[in-house]
Amino acid sequence: MKERLEALRVEALAQLQEVADAGRLNDLRVHYLGKKGQLTEILRGMGGLSAEERPVIGQVANDVRAAIEEVLADKQAAFDRAETERRLAAETIDVTLPGRAVATGSVHPLTKVTQEIEDIFLGMGYTIAEGPEVETDYFNFEALNLPKDHPARDMQDSFYITDEILLRTHTSPVQIRAMKNADGATPLKVICPGRVYRRDDDDATHSFMFHQIEGLVVGPDIRMSDLKGTLLQFVQAMYGPQVQIRLRPSFFPFTEPSAEVDVTCTQCGGQGCRMCKQSGWIEILGCGMVHPKVLEHGGFDPEQVSGFAFGMGVERIALLKYDIDDIRHFYNNDLRFLGQFARM
Amino acid sequence: MNVSYQWLSEYIDLGGIEPQELADLLTRGGIEIDGVVSRNAGVTKTVVGYVLEKEKHPDADKLNVCKIDAGTGETLQIVCGAPNVAAGQKVPVALVGAKLPGDLQIKRAKLRGVESQGMICSARELGINDKLLPKELQEGILVLPADTAVGTDIADLLGLNDAVLELDLTPNRSDCLSLLGVAYETAALTGRPLTLPEPEKALYSAADKTADAIKVAIESSEACSHYAMRVVKGVKIGPSPLWLQNRLIAAGIRPISNVVDVTNFVMLEYGQPLHAFDAAKVKGAVRVRFAREGETLVTLDGQERKLEPHMPVIADDERAIALAGVMGGLDTEVTPDTVDILLESARFAGAAVRKTSRQLGLRSEASARFEKGVDPERVRGALDRAASLIAQTAGGLVTDGVSEVRLAAPEPAVIELSLERINRMLGTSLSSLEVKTIWSRLQFAAEPAGEGVWRLTVPTRRGDITRAVDLIEEVARLNGYDRIPTTRIEGPTTTGALTKPQSIRRELRKLLSEAGLSEAVTYSVTSASRAALFPALSGAAEGMRPIGLAMPMSEERSALRATLLPNLLEAASYNKSRRNASAALFEIASVYHSAEEKLTTLPAEHPRLAFLLTGNREGSGWNQAATAYDFYDAKGIVEKLLTRLGLTGAVRFEQAQPADFHPGRTAALKLATATGEVAIGYVGQLHPELQREFDLGDAYAAEIDLKPLYEAADARIVYGTLPRFPSAERDLAVVVDGSVPGASLVEAARQAAGEWLESVRVFDVYAGERLGAGKKSVALSIVYRHPDRTLNDEEIAEAQQSVVSRLEQSFSAELRK
Repeated sequence: MKERLEALRVEALAQLQEVADAGRLNDLRVHYLGKKGQLTEILRGMGGLSAEERPVIGQVANDVRAAIEEVLADKQAAFDRAETERRLAAETIDVTLPGRAVATGSVHPLTKVTQEIEDIFLGMGYTIAEGPEVETDYFNFEALNLPKDHPARDMQDSFYITDEILLRTHTSPVQIRAMKNADGATPLKVICPGRVYRRDDDDATHSFMFHQIEGLVVGPDIRMSDLKGTLLQFVQAMYGPQVQIRLRPSFFPFTEPSAEVDVTCTQCGGQGCRMCKQSGWIEILGCGMVHPKVLEHGGFDPEQVSGFAFGMGVERIALLKYDIDDIRHFYNNDLRFLGQFARM
Repeated sequence: MNVSYQWLSEYIDLGGIEPQELADLLTRGGIEIDGVVSRNAGVTKTVVGYVLEKEKHPDADKLNVCKIDAGTGETLQIVCGAPNVAAGQKVPVALVGAKLPGDLQIKRAKLRGVESQGMICSARELGINDKLLPKELQEGILVLPADTAVGTDIADLLGLNDAVLELDLTPNRSDCLSLLGVAYETAALTGRPLTLPEPEKALYSAADKTADAIKVAIESSEACSHYAMRVVKGVKIGPSPLWLQNRLIAAGIRPISNVVDVTNFVMLEYGQPLHAFDAAKVKGAVRVRFAREGETLVTLDGQERKLEPHMPVIADDERAIALAGVMGGLDTEVTPDTVDILLESARFAGAAVRKTSRQLGLRSEASARFEKGVDPERVRGALDRAASLIAQTAGGLVTDGVSEVRLAAPEPAVIELSLERINRMLGTSLSSLEVKTIWSRLQFAAEPAGEGVWRLTVPTRRGDITRAVDLIEEVARLNGYDRIPTTRIEGPTTTGALTKPQSIRRELRKLLSEAGLSEAVTYSVTSASRAALFPALSGAAEGMRPIGLAMPMSEERSALRATLLPNLLEAASYNKSRRNASAALFEIASVYHSAEEKLTTLPAEHPRLAFLLTGNREGSGWNQAATAYDFYDAKGIVEKLLTRLGLTGAVRFEQAQPADFHPGRTAALKLATATGEVAIGYVGQLHPELQREFDLGDAYAAEIDLKPLYEAADARIVYGTLPRFPSAERDLAVVVDGSVPGASLVEAARQAAGEWLESVRVFDVYAGERLGAGKKSVALSIVYRHPDRTLNDEEIAEAQQSVVSRLEQSFSAELRK
């Protein structure tokens, strides 16, 4: 019996060695180890064995079974692996085709620039003040030291609605409103972004509607050197630490002294190029020490406090930042234009 | 204002300062120079020649052969094509080897067989803007005055070796609308001394009294504070001498005649406008008064002007003869026949001049100066200077004395200022000596008034300086803005933070752009017809009225917008016409509402959010078909932003039919607040007619008031413990009438489902013939959960039954089995 078992082992292992597919493997499993298989068949004869022989033969039978099962398992695993590989190979897709689009929108470039500037000043301890776009002549002009018939009103021809109400020509009236709201409390540090309107014919560099950001600081002993320091800090945050500023005397009715501010040309780094007209400098904002009359209109005593103010055009900064050639792109809302500002 | 470098150097030594350096110096000091233009456009080796004889060219009808003495020692033969060349003329001759503007080189040449040794030049060929020349000199070659010396270099003669500084003046520095003003400024910047012009006394007649020749009066003191006249008798009108013409041309003013040129010259020199009348045409006395009702005047430009009673005029006994400070009258103009002239120098009120010139659309060099204010102390100086220059250039004698009325003489400003205040304001540490030097360079009289304090007397020529801060600016700019240090603000620190509305707007922009929409920025002004769209959003339904601009630039921009959507429609339409039919756009901006017919108070400005979806949400790709936007895309965006603001459940969507929206596909948004429901906007499809009007396909849009959302938005996050026991989900479907809103079924189920309800949602809606006409099936998925144990089947079945009963009762719903 032992010989038969050994012969079965040899035969089975030889057969299994030849197997090439999972179906045949299963057939052999049934043939040798199944309920009616060869091993069972041989073991039926166990009944005729002596008590001494029985455990010995039993041990041999178990060894034979284990040997066959081990080979069966190995073979099965190999076939499973091959099957998996075949299936995965069949599942291959073209990874070079485009992915399913996730809709991408964009924030308007003027908003991006405004928020960037806001964030710099928020970091410097400023709050953001807002005021109406439709303003009274008083807030837009008179309180800013621009009485009626002042020749400086020519600088910014306006859209009036009535004799006393107009579309604001600058964000400066928010200075007065912010001062009045502060009710004499200092320090006051605000910036005021918003839409402004001037009677200009639209062309590549002019728009009757545009955006400004105004800044105002009022406190005891605010100096013109603080204004310079603040602007330097701002432009370096905006354009990088290598950038310098240059102040040129100018005139605004609501500041005295007044200045226009140039920054090192961001295109050429001050070497001179087309953008800066070879000067190495680009004009980006106007500023000055708040005029005593303006402080008075805002409810402050110019003998007790002083202040500085500055204002810049958002469009101008965006035009320079993105090297845009025509201001009208900002308002046409061409998706081919807007889509270019989808990046962070 | 254009300033000739040579002219300026008559008042101040500019040695060692090149024109460009002067321009930089002035710009850094606050007088911005836009450009420095050389007057010589490239003329060399061109001299004055005398035409000895002129003969016709033997072989060319239009050419002449001239013999020229150009002081070279030989007689030159030059062929010339100009019809006006004649023997006996002095003309500009470009010699062989000369260069002319436009890279023209003069060479010995043969013209139709005749040798030509040079070229006789026109003004244009010399690079002179011939619009600035008298008419008779614009045609043909430039004929020079007969007394010009042969051989003189033409560039010297015509003042071409000069540069012109183009000043871009700020409105406060009208003092620099004069050569003297710029000279004072240059003196302040350089510290060099000034040489001021002195009127020539010898030309005055002692016997003839001005008072006998003309009487003047100011009848309207609001129009004029100082009026002065001199009389020059026996003038001979003709062209002015070249030096005078050169000065005017350099300044961009066309020479006309000796008398008129002198008035312009002195205006440029002193900044004081002057006017000359033909004395023979002025009847009786001269006075300043306001125009009479219905009065007219033909001004020098030949136009008849209808005058109004607020316009100041100069009048004689009979009629207005000049628009005061703006332009003279044609009737009393100086002509070639004029013999005696009345010369006016006056100080007219700036506001009145400004109003007149604006209303008539008539701006002149004179009005520009009066509007901004002239130096009250130069009225007489300029008059005297002009009178003597006229006598010099046009002959005649100036009568003795001045007829004048001076009502008020403004006092020079006297201001006290301390060194400490200057340094405190600027953040500088200037010494007393440094500041004193600045006062002396400005030629401001500075008296000590206590320790470190000056009492400054500001000359009347600097009318812009009225306060201490104005003087501090003078110190700052003359010391140099670049010498102000950079410092940090001292004092308590402040915290920068966004307000809640500002944070919400930023959040909404981020959310919408991430949802695939592009932010638009559109104009706040629109046409009246656009402003009338969407009455439910424009407030027109609640009595709001359109707000129009008083003087619009065009019909398309004549009214303030009351809604945002029309601009987004325009933007979508703009993109569609550029082959981009799919657009998802949003804008966050204010609209303007007022119930007033004519505004007496500011309109309400409502911050709003609007968005518009049209075309395809997704374009077709290799693995998907294009899908068009529909209502639920728009509503989904609204729901997403409400979720972000913590307002899910606070806003109810209600079927609505506002004008310009699709009547069956629009919802009104109702926000629940402590004081009741507030309508905050609409979401829906646009009316097909409106879509057509804008040439768009189906478009879905929303416009929402942000202010109520600012108040209601709830950003607080409160953690809720995660459930420990399983939920039970049960579905049911009911058949109801097609008009029953899905939201009502959900709400009814929510109320009926008992305390262990977690959520109710619609997961299917079906309408078909099997259900019967006008019926629909709505399938609800209801989730129950108990926080502390697992619910048993009986409890759940009971809750479900309660829901079914409620739906049956309230909506005649039939449970689908």
